[in-house]
Amino acid sequence: MKKNYWKMFYNWFDERIQFEDIIQFAAKKYVPVHSHSIWYYFGGITLFLFIIQVVTGIMLLLYYKGSEDLAFESIQYIMTEVQFGWLIRSVHSWSANLMMLAAFIHMFSVYFTRAYRKPREITWITGMLMLFLAMGFGFSGYLLPWNELAFFATKVGTDIAGVIPVIGKPMLEFLRGGEDVTGATLSRFFGFHVAVMPAIFTVLLGIHLILVQRQGMSEPIGYENKPVTEKKTMPFFPNFLLRDLLFWLVVLNIVALLAVLFPWELGVKADPFAPAPAGIKPEWYFMFMFQTLKYIPAHILFMDGEVLGILLFSAAGLLWTSVPFWDRKTLRGEKTRFINYLGIFALVYIILLTVLGYLE
Amino acid sequence: MEVDQVKRKFLKYVLGGSLTALAAMILYPIIAYLKPPKTKSAEVSSVKIGKVNEIPNDSSIMFRFGTKPGILVKTQSGEFRAFEATCTHLDCTVQFKQDIGVIWCACHNGKFDLNGRNISGPPPRPLTPYKVIIQGEDIFVSKIL
Ligand code: FES
Repeated sequence: MKKNYWKMFYNWFDERIQFEDIIQFAAKKYVPVHSHSIWYYFGGITLFLFIIQVVTGIMLLLYYKGSEDLAFESIQYIMTEVQFGWLIRSVHSWSANLMMLAAFIHMFSVYFTRAYRKPREITWITGMLMLFLAMGFGFSGYLLPWNELAFFATKVGTDIAGVIPVIGKPMLEFLRGGEDVTGATLSRFFGFHVAVMPAIFTVLLGIHLILVQRQGMSEPIGYENKPVTEKKTMPFFPNFLLRDLLFWLVVLNIVALLAVLFPWELGVKADPFAPAPAGIKPEWYFMFMFQTLKYIPAHILFMDGEVLGILLFSAAGLLWTSVPFWDRKTLRGEKTRFINYLGIFALVYIILLTVLGYLE
Repeated sequence: MEVDQVKRKFLKYVLGGSLTALAAMILYPIIAYLKPPKTKSAEVSSVKIGKVNEIPNDSSIMFRFGTKPGILVKTQSGEFRAFEATCTHLDCTVQFKQDIGVIWCACHNGKFDLNGRNISGPPPRPLTPYKVIIQGEDIFVSKIL
């Protein structure tokens, strides 16, 4: 009897959705098994952490108030009055940070295995855009508690945007909602963080995931040309998926542990007329840029140091995003040392400056 | 045939033109909307920030000058100096650091001497000075025009 109901239920949907195709598709999907297979999991982990963000973000939205006089207090309320409010906020912040880390690992592993090469250029570009957007999420979200650190981080960050020649000034005003960082800035960042950026991100994520499904997993360049008999694979469904889920469970535990053991602090409410506190630092994923700006002298030739720094970083970002188009050797299926050296340089540079930033 | 080509071309321009106009009509208000209106806060020309003997030598106070933070330093010899407290590097708010006798920016370790000159770290320009006016016991600060 019970079974019949289930069958009816299933049939009703099956007639409309035709599960057959999906099952067929999933059954045909294989994941290559080789010494670099571990990197295949980081995309999924990033996705999982993003899902956590969406869920906890929506939950925070129920109590958060995005205005100058209420933002700080509303978070205080979430953390002290709302049941498990401290946990939800802490999870939101921690998973944001871990998501950045996972995204960086995912990006670098794709870079080093050259998974960006034809026909996956669009996947790479959407991925890079999502990485930039994720930084934007981090930056805009950082201001929302309206505490001292956030206030100055936003001042510095938006001022950096403002020094870009020509478009800088209008962009600064657009970001700040005026000339200074005020409640207007908070309202804007709130809007970006919960509406504009999620909308764009969802579209990019959709394209990214559909392409991954259509094109399957990329194989590293040396491995690709091996005879089929020497290649090992694993069915995506259920073998790989189960492993994916296992990793997700591990990540969930890490997030929970961090959130409980190191609850995210709220700090002191922002006072626009107080000096910047000593020891002020940006979020770690901006640290290497922040640190670079410290080292660049005030003037180089005829330019302000920071203008040069920002132009250099923009150029580097552009170059990195467009790597599938200028890395000709990989396109021809040849190995390129240069790409490796460049990647290692970027990685070492980022790690070194981040460490230096924290040592000071 | 000839006529058809001409007609087609004509239609293409009319259609393309109207579409462009339509796009502009939609985009213009959107872009204009995104640009924040100028806040019309009454221009302050001077503010009173305290009394001369309330502030000890070799110390400082922060004050508001319109929408901007300002800093007033009283030197060891009892002279007053006032500046816009916004760092010329990337906009952080500076503070007086008594132990080393400089105006200091915590964000990137920028330092200014008590004349507002950028002496070390990344700030590219001196701080913007204000004029300090003492009337009896009261300290006023005003913009230098
Ligand atoms: S903002 Fe003052 S030193 Fe950078």
